[in-house]
Amino acid sequence: MPSLSRETYLNIFLSLALLVFPFIATAMDEPFYITLATRVAILSLAAVGLNLALGTGGLVSFGHAAFFGIGGYAMGILASHAQTYTPIFTWPFVIEGTNQMLIIWLVAIVMSGIAALFIGLLSLRTSGVYFIMITLAFAQMIYYFMISWPTYGGEDGLSIYVRNQFPGVNTLDPSSFFYICLVLMFAGLGLSAMIKNSRFGAALQAARQNEERLAATGIRPFNIKLTAFVISGMITGLAGALMADLNRFVSPTMLSWHMSGEIMVLVILGGVGRLYGPVVGALIFIIFEFIFGGMTEFWQFYLGLVLLGVVLFARGGAIGLLAGKARHD
Amino acid sequence: MSTTLLFEQLLNGLQYGVTLFLMAAGLTLVFGVMGLINLAHGSLYMIGAFACAAVAAATGSFWLGLVASIVAAGFAGVLIEMLVIRRLYDRDHLDQVLATFALILILSEGCRMVFGSFPLYLDAPGFLAGPVTLFGGFQYSAYRLAIILVGGLVALGLYLLITKTRLGIRIRAGEADREMIAALGVNIGTLYTIVFAIGAALAGFAGAMMGAIQSVQVGMGEPVLILAFVVIVIGGIGSIKGALIGSILVGVVDTLGRVTLPGFFNLFMDTAAANSVGAALSSMSIYVLMAIILIFKPEGLVSNNA
Repeated sequence: MPSLSRETYLNIFLSLALLVFPFIATAMDEPFYITLATRVAILSLAAVGLNLALGTGGLVSFGHAAFFGIGGYAMGILASHAQTYTPIFTWPFVIEGTNQMLIIWLVAIVMSGIAALFIGLLSLRTSGVYFIMITLAFAQMIYYFMISWPTYGGEDGLSIYVRNQFPGVNTLDPSSFFYICLVLMFAGLGLSAMIKNSRFGAALQAARQNEERLAATGIRPFNIKLTAFVISGMITGLAGALMADLNRFVSPTMLSWHMSGEIMVLVILGGVGRLYGPVVGALIFIIFEFIFGGMTEFWQFYLGLVLLGVVLFARGGAIGLLAGKARHD
Repeated sequence: MSTTLLFEQLLNGLQYGVTLFLMAAGLTLVFGVMGLINLAHGSLYMIGAFACAAVAAATGSFWLGLVASIVAAGFAGVLIEMLVIRRLYDRDHLDQVLATFALILILSEGCRMVFGSFPLYLDAPGFLAGPVTLFGGFQYSAYRLAIILVGGLVALGLYLLITKTRLGIRIRAGEADREMIAALGVNIGTLYTIVFAIGAALAGFAGAMMGAIQSVQVGMGEPVLILAFVVIVIGGIGSIKGALIGSILVGVVDTLGRVTLPGFFNLFMDTAAANSVGAALSSMSIYVLMAIILIFKPEGLVSNNA
């Protein structure tokens, strides 16, 4: 058995810290911190999705807000119909809204998967800068569609009055909802670790490093990349549904390109391609927003400066600083 | 729908396309020569508009504002290139995207610190404020017509600059083989700064001209930036000619889509439904156009290698 690396110790420490966090926050009498931690878990999950495409597959998607927002709207649309007792449509068959999280998650995952399939089919025909711009453009297309489509609130978005339900759990309790999100975050991390160590993951990393060689071994790079892109979109879509449930609100902001940039920033701040990179990134982002957002309304100005510094001078992100270069054993 | 309305919208589309071209030309030039994807290009558009509005408010002259917009955006371009962009040429696109995204945050919030969150207003100069009568008694906004003419002149000037001047030869050579022209004694660093400043000045100029039509506010550059991306993807990245074709195409399709689609759906739907479906779909029309073009020509309409 190989000795554990510093990165593994860091990952274990972070997992334990998140697991016991609600107890610490309750002891400190700061229940709002639990909501912050819930945001960390959800944003981590969204970034875990992007990290699969970006870190493992080298697909620089600048349009992951599309999947985040589609997940959010899946929740918003289903729950808003459930709260007004109106069916979503009645022809050719009746579909009712629901406030069951399990169904909402499933719909969010399927819908964002379908969107990722269409976007991926077109944008993976290209690479490099074209890919970046096209994923961005498709996300903007969905953004403008939701803004100009008045049925579900248009620019104002949709409010949901009560958080959706999960069998056997009181989701209105902040700690319970935090643990739901945390379990899903761990599931996302587990899935992405499994994918990375599988045959498929090996093919995906090969597609990132050298497509011609991968093709020469008889594997189509396009199919591998498309599959990874779809799984990546699904994970981010699930995170979107959770975020909408946390805020009990969904609006086109979730689809905006700032959101895409933000998810990408999380991955980079933590460390591209590192398993826990998204978690560290989300943690830094939320702490930064909490501290500087409380001091000045221009906190994004300072976020920009820090980000610029990280990109120019500290490649490898926070995990790179804390745990050294990635090990390949 | 009347022919007059259609013709008016066609001109609006052309005017929009010309503005997009001023943005797209800088983006595509910077990408073609330096291989850099610059998200902060929209911030330069914003800087131009703010400079124009501030100077016009202080001096009362729109023309001084216009000059200020070019100077301010060009100067900001030089500064950004020397401080940040220069370090990014050898990096991968991911680093370029992130660093320029960081620049957007810094420039937008910095602008908000200086000018506040409320939009500024900029009036078109007096003699261009009214309508102008074209052939057959057809009336059109003089200011928009002026934008079309000025944009056309700038496009022509850019074409002559690239094809006829010594600087243009160097720019094209830099596109083809940067080591070789460096070996021939051209200072490649200075050349890059000049190209970036030209792109920045064009974006600032576009921002100032549009500032008199829209309101001048933080974040105004971002929708235009994304459309400019669509334009250069359609036209072929690195090609000025492609940027011109793409801009006009996007401007006209976008504007006409907004006018014609609700009417089209009204043929077989009731008016309220037709308006909402039409509005929703017309906001997607240029992206659909982009998708169709990519299916048939993944490298864009004008391939740079041709």
